[in-house]
Amino acid sequence: MSSSGQPPPEPFRVSQLLYDTRYRSYTIQIFALAVLMLAFAWAIDNAVRNLEALGKDIDFSFIFETSAYDINQHLLDYDSTSTHGRAAVIGIINTILIAVMGCITATVIGVLAGVLRLSRNWVVARLMTVYIETVRNIPVLIWILFTVAIVNEVLPGVRSFRGEDAMTGLLFDSVFITNRGFYIPAPVFEAGSAAVGVVLLLSMAAAWYFGRWARARQAATGQILPVFWGRLAILVIPVLLAFFAAGSPISLEIPALKGFNFKGGIYMRDSLIGLWLALSVYTGAFIAEIVRAGILAISKGQTEAAYALGIRPGRTMSLVVLPQALRVIVPPLISQFLNLTKNSSLAIAVGYMDATGTLGGITLNQTGREMECILLLMAFYLAASLTISGAMNAYNRSVRLKER
Amino acid sequence: MRLKTTLIAAAAATAFSVGAHGATLDDVKAKGFIQCGVSTGLAGFAFTDSDGNWDGFDVVFCRATAAAVFGDPNAIKFTPTTGKTRFTALASGEIDLLYRNTTWTLSRDVDLKFSFLGVNYYDGQGFMIRKDMGVSSASELDGATVCIQTGTTTELNLADFFRANNMNYEPVPIETNAEAQQKYLANACDVYTTDASGLAATRATFEDPENHVILPEIISKEPLGPLVRHGDNAWGDIVRWVLNALIIAEEKGITAANVDSMASADTKDPEIKRLLGVEGNYGEMLGLSADWAVNAIKTGGNYGEIFEKHIGENTAIGLARGLNALWTEGGILYAPPFR
Repeated sequence: MSSSGQPPPEPFRVSQLLYDTRYRSYTIQIFALAVLMLAFAWAIDNAVRNLEALGKDIDFSFIFETSAYDINQHLLDYDSTSTHGRAAVIGIINTILIAVMGCITATVIGVLAGVLRLSRNWVVARLMTVYIETVRNIPVLIWILFTVAIVNEVLPGVRSFRGEDAMTGLLFDSVFITNRGFYIPAPVFEAGSAAVGVVLLLSMAAAWYFGRWARARQAATGQILPVFWGRLAILVIPVLLAFFAAGSPISLEIPALKGFNFKGGIYMRDSLIGLWLALSVYTGAFIAEIVRAGILAISKGQTEAAYALGIRPGRTMSLVVLPQALRVIVPPLISQFLNLTKNSSLAIAVGYMDATGTLGGITLNQTGREMECILLLMAFYLAASLTISGAMNAYNRSVRLKER
Repeated sequence: MRLKTTLIAAAAATAFSVGAHGATLDDVKAKGFIQCGVSTGLAGFAFTDSDGNWDGFDVVFCRATAAAVFGDPNAIKFTPTTGKTRFTALASGEIDLLYRNTTWTLSRDVDLKFSFLGVNYYDGQGFMIRKDMGVSSASELDGATVCIQTGTTTELNLADFFRANNMNYEPVPIETNAEAQQKYLANACDVYTTDASGLAATRATFEDPENHVILPEIISKEPLGPLVRHGDNAWGDIVRWVLNALIIAEEKGITAANVDSMASADTKDPEIKRLLGVEGNYGEMLGLSADWAVNAIKTGGNYGEIFEKHIGENTAIGLARGLNALWTEGGILYAPPFR
């Protein structure tokens, strides 16, 4: 009666785990998982036992103890009576600062170099090739040491700005470039500057709205408004009016030589400058290659079509090619940002107090809690990297090809 | 899951690095040499000569220890360590003994779990500055940029000193003495601070040592000495008594030149006899041969000889004995009795 039906399923046999492709992959995976877990268990057990043999326990209470050391660059209040936890936070902020500054400049350098390497101008293209090939084939640590050594050895000392034939600063004697870093004027906010700030925010909103309105108008009527100048006027004029109406509440504090060093203004240390330049130039070379690859990935037909429509080369690049190239560029760009952030941990080589320098350096050394400090440090870098890749992935989703 | 994986990987990495501990003396004897941690390079104290051999004040003490254990001052390997890496190197068993201008402090002794075995140089933290800065006292250093070696007690002393005197400063943390020297000479810092002996040693290598002054203030006590891991008592005893033997040798006038004749000749002094293994079985107590102290003294002479040869007043470093003179000569160098 069931002559045309399926044959009755064969009973499961153990040998099928090895010889039947339906089950074999499970067998392999379960086996691999077991081996992996055993390896981890062994490693943890080994660590615990060895720490015990050394008489060391795992204890994070040092975070709340007084650090007793000073940190030169602290964006939050900090002194030697603060806790080790606070010192770690200061270091983390310094890491984030260098990472953000580095990512921005590396992207600018990278996009410029990547586009210029494809330039029709032979000299420009070759120059960019030389830059990219030199920079990315030398280890980043060497670049960091090199840049800081240049800052220290080539730039004038603070003492050159003192005495009879003293040097004068740049920009009306307000910016001082020395081998201890750059001293730049700092804005000083007095009463009434809040009003100026509010006006600035309002004008920014207005400028954004103006841009949208102009685009809608262009789409509807075909008329092109001078968007750039319009925006500039909306941004600058009300703010200037508010500034003078409130009685010039914002002034600049100019650094002045006092005692051993310049006082006042913003002090960008030699280590910050050197590290920032080195990381930007180094990562910029990699980003340049990514940008070049992204542009080359766009079919030549796109450019030719744009030219046929009469669009100028610059606009073709910015309106037609780059938006499409972004889809190719963004994913590898994420890993370059991650690299830059992680490479910033080389800061200790030049005395920049990042998270590795405070938590993984002095705190580790003074408390002797290697395991705890390194674990915390790894947790921080992991969290930072995951945040960056999360944000960049969100951006990637917004630029990728939208299929309707 | 990824976080967990990373944590475990870290645990594993640490676990693998934790190696030999416990009976270091047995390990040392089994491998046939001592692994001694020294500075990465500090003129007079630990440096490599033109042939690549290690030499210097601390290095000779390491070698004397090797000579006491193996009868051969060259049965030793040196590991250069920075202020930051030295304790990890010792705790992990990478080195058996640390002779690296290391200050004896409570937390290092108790919390980092090391045993300090004595003091081979009594030091204190000082400041070096260019003469033409016109500074004559450390109390005039308000606002100065100060280069410090990171991971050292000097870092903490400096914070305390400036806080106590209500002054500001700009710390520039540096990894090694060589880097600090480069920064200081490039004028990237006004002041270089470290142990006064280190300052003298560093200044001696300058092209124009006469243009730099070491300020008179000594802002801390820095007893520098050898250390081993906690629990290494038998091994620690050897290191301690080699150091004491060299100090007693100076007290008793035993030098590298006369040690053999002292050992064989009919010396009256029973302490010399005990020290040189003519009388008693002190070497056996330590687990060494009877002539261990003779070998140690032969390596570089007694404490005074080592001091004069490497860092004394007739060398470029030019340090006076000061506190490091024998207790009988106005210093505080004092070894327990050898009996």
